[in-house]
Order: sequence, then structure tokens, then C-alpha cells
Amino acid sequence: MTLTSATVRSGRHGPPGSPHDKRSRSVDRNAGAWFLVLPALIPILILSVGPLLYGIALAFTDAQSGRTRSTQWVGGLNFQDLLHDALFWDSFRIGLLWAVGVSVPQFVLALGLALLLNQNLRMRWLARALAIIPWAMPEVVVGIMWRLVYNPDAGILNETIRDLGLGDGRDWLTGLATALPAVIVVGVWAGMPQTTVALLAGLQNTPHELHEAAALDGAGAWRRFRTVTWPVLRPVALSITALNFIWNFNSFALVYVLTNGGPGGRTRLPMLFAYEEAFRYGQFGYAAAMGCVMVAVISVILAVYLVGRLRGGEDR
Amino acid sequence: MSLRTSRSARAGQYAALLGYLVFLAFPFLWLISTAFKPARELGSLHPTWIPEHPTLDNFRKAFDEQPLPQAAANSLIAALCAAVVAVLIATPMAYVMARHRSRLSAATSGWVVVSQAFPFVLLIIPLFLILKHLHLINTLWGLIMVYVVWALPFALWMLVGYVRAVPTELEEAASVDGAGRLRTLVSVTAPLLAPGIVATALFAFITAWNEFFFALVLLKTPEKQTLPVVLTHFIGAEGAADLGPLAAAAFLATLPSLVVFAIIQRRITGSMLAGAVKS
Repeated sequence: MTLTSATVRSGRHGPPGSPHDKRSRSVDRNAGAWFLVLPALIPILILSVGPLLYGIALAFTDAQSGRTRSTQWVGGLNFQDLLHDALFWDSFRIGLLWAVGVSVPQFVLALGLALLLNQNLRMRWLARALAIIPWAMPEVVVGIMWRLVYNPDAGILNETIRDLGLGDGRDWLTGLATALPAVIVVGVWAGMPQTTVALLAGLQNTPHELHEAAALDGAGAWRRFRTVTWPVLRPVALSITALNFIWNFNSFALVYVLTNGGPGGRTRLPMLFAYEEAFRYGQFGYAAAMGCVMVAVISVILAVYLVGRLRGGEDR
Repeated sequence: MSLRTSRSARAGQYAALLGYLVFLAFPFLWLISTAFKPARELGSLHPTWIPEHPTLDNFRKAFDEQPLPQAAANSLIAALCAAVVAVLIATPMAYVMARHRSRLSAATSGWVVVSQAFPFVLLIIPLFLILKHLHLINTLWGLIMVYVVWALPFALWMLVGYVRAVPTELEEAASVDGAGRLRTLVSVTAPLLAPGIVATALFAFITAWNEFFFALVLLKTPEKQTLPVVLTHFIGAEGAADLGPLAAAAFLATLPSLVVFAIIQRRITGSMLAGAVKS
């Protein structure tokens, strides 16, 4: 099982009119196919698509926990309130800052690591193994682990700073100025594996002969990267960055454990804000409206990404 | 690999790799170190990398402070049930999606992409209300139902890739030999698909084992809660925490995922990638 074989195979179906294609049409009307599909389709519709539509409907009501029965239809009132909710806009701004702040360094660092791991270096296996660890850890544990690192007295970060004679260190997670950068570092650390693995697999798709030919022509490392590697890597890079951005914008557990949105709301991501509204203050309708706004933003990003993907496809 | 890598470039590469190794490893090493430190060393103003007097006290204290075995059992049940059920119902559908192109497969693939991008708060509020109506709040069954549906998109995604990797020629050969459709599926396709199914199940297991948000919302009492939720109880309301037991419990909670992940790592990266590239 190699990375490349899975990639090459994916996304390529038989040409239209191939035997594969013909057969599929006939079986499609087959009751057998439905028999195979329904066990998954029913739960998806009932527990995923259904709640999604229900959630959107809730955004137009005054649903609250505890008095769900007398719920009233209120039209766009929740959205109007959201427009004037400074705390919501704060969390939204922080969410965007966080998503960009994590996704961009994550991509740059992961690209560097992927390029290194693609070389014939000696400690490669160790780096590969280590790069996977953050992926396997529960987000809650990642948060706890970094709390230990950031701990003002017993943490290794401040101790290192003291050892290097750079001062006394500080209380990273509770400082107004340092809290967001501190959680962003954790976000970068936690998300690096997926990005690295995806980019590494993309690199392994680069035709080796092209590299050799470019090198024979006297192209330096940078030019080889720009003219040979990057064009092949670009679709993967675009996909993973768009997905990373969306995942980060929606993230919850990591920051919940690290700062719980503090200090003074400086790290209160949209999901944390919505969670509090819904399950601390019981404002289901309002929180659902917040979710709808988040979906709208994400849809725009997804649309941009899809258009980019299509264009990338035409280029090749 | 690189054709003409100069010696200084090589040295730079090793230096960069070392930097990555330190960045990736040091938080994890610090977690382990903290877990084995006696209280005296944890209170010291100059923490040491390696515990001078390693101890298991923190593990004992962790078990005293929180119901860890119960929480681990809850996590295990929820993750196992979710993984098994998700794979059982996803495999047939993935087979149909991989072998027959239809509007349904296209719609399902689209839904897989969308579901990856979803802010769960929009899903959890209705699910909370539905489960409340069914009296399934604060039960593992309610959580398992949510986990199954939540694991389905990715399971489908992985499995479709594995089914495509099984050559259709083999199935055709079997049907030429007179094997019925079901017979072919059971005796030809299933064995070839088995490793992929196992990898998918293990991946679903880990994601459920690690999941936090749904468990936080749906489980109310400590004896019902899963490991990640119970771990957060070590961090007090004011964020003050007994560092030793916190580290010990966190370390223990990671071990199962690390072991499982080490087993399936190579298989996941393949399908993860197929997903990332395809979408």
C-alpha cells in the first residue's frame, strides 16, 4: 500500500462507454444496490441531513433550552441581533485570525518538512514517526500537554527562556497579548501531520525523470521546485489549505482546554461562543443562527476553493 | 534522490530536520516527564527535563481523583460500537459507490465533502433536542448513534478507495466461472477488502476515542462521561490544576490511540490523501 497508488487511482474513472460504465447503469436500477445502500443512507438522512435542516429552521425561532415547546417563529430576528452583537463579531474576527494564523504557518512548515522527508536523510523514519504523533493524540490531551509546556512556573518554555538568559518568561495563556499567539502555536503543532502527509504524498507523485532532466539542464534547487515540483503539488496544496482553514475556523476542543476562550475573550473562537450561548445560556435559536452564519462563510471559502481546483485542472 | 546536493546543503537539511524533531517531540517528552515527577520536583522553580526521582504517585493520584477506569470503559464501548456499526453499514454502500456511478454516489460524495466542513454547533443543537426527546441524553447509546453518523463520511471515503483498488477483473472472472453475485462478493471481494475494512474501523475507533465536543454536550454525569471529558475535570474551574495527575491521566489516555495509529498509519495516509486530492 503506497501513497502514490492511492492517489493516482483516485478520481480516475473508466472512460465513458467502457464496459465498466455500461454495467453500472444496469445495476443502478437493481434492487440489490438499494439493499446495500439503505443501511447507511437511512441513518445519514435521519441523523445528519435531518438535523442540519432542523438546525437551520431553529435559527429562525426563539428556541431555548427548557422551554422548547412554546417555541415561536421569529423570522430574521436572531440574525438581526447577531449583527449588533459586538461579542459575536469579536469571536468572528478572532476565528478568522486564528484560522489564518494557524493555516498559513502550518502549510509553510509542513511543506518544509515534507520536502525534507522526501530526501534521503538518515533520521527520516524518526521524523515521520514523530510527525504522526500529534495526529493520533486526542485534542484534549494536546491541549493539556501544551498547558504543561506553557505553565508559568513548572513549564519547560519559561525554564528554557530563563536558562537562555532571555528574562523571566511569562504567563503565556493568561496574558492578553500572548494568549492568541500561544494557542496558534499549538494549533500549528497539532495540525501539521495531516498537512505534511498530504504534501509528502503529492511530492511522491512528482515524476522523477522531470527532476533529473531539470537538474541536467542546470536548474538549481529553487528553480526545480518552482518549475517541476510546485505545479504537481499545487492542487494538493490548495485542497489541504482550504480544508485546514475550514477545520481551524470550526475548531473547539483545543482552545476549550487551553484557555476556555480567555483571557477576557481574547481566544473565544466562534465555536466556543456558540457553545456557550447554546449550552450555558440555553439560547438554542441564537446559537443556531450563529452556526448558519459560520456555514455561509465556509461556503464562500469552499466555493473559492472549488473554483481554484477547477482552474488548476484546466491548467494541466 | 537529489542529484547534486552539496555538502553544505546536506548539513542545512539535517539542521532543519533536527529543528522539526525538537518542535514535534518536545511537548510530548515534557508530558511524559511531568507524569513521572514527584510533587516536590513539580513544585520546584527550576524544572528538570528528566525526573530525578521518577515515581508512579501521579498515576495513583489520578485514579483516586477521577473515575478513570469507568471513563476508559465508556470510551472503549462508545468507540468500539461506533467503529463496528459504521463500518458494517458503510461497506456495502461504499461498494455500490465505487462500482457504479450514479446520481446517488455523486450526491453522497458531495455530502462527504460538506460534512468535513461543518460547524458542529449547527448539528449538535438539533441532535441534542432529538436525543432529549428520545430520553437518550446522558446515555452512551445516544452518543454512539451520533458517533456512527459522524464517522460515516470518512469511513465511506476510505472504503470507496479500497474497493476501487480491488480489480473488477477478479469479480468478472468469478462470475464467468458461474459464481453468483453474492457468492462473488463474499468469496472474492470481501477477503481482498478485509485489510481496508479493518483499517477503516480502527480509524473510526480512534476518532471516536479522541472525540470531545459531542461527548461534552451529550454526557452530563461523571459516571457516564468518556475519557476526554473526564480529563478536563483535572483542570479545575479556575484553570488551576494538579499537574502531576493531569499529565499522568493525559499520558494514559493517549496510549491506545498511539498504538492503534502505529498499526494503521501507512494505510490511512494513503486514503486520507486520496480524499485530500480527490474531493
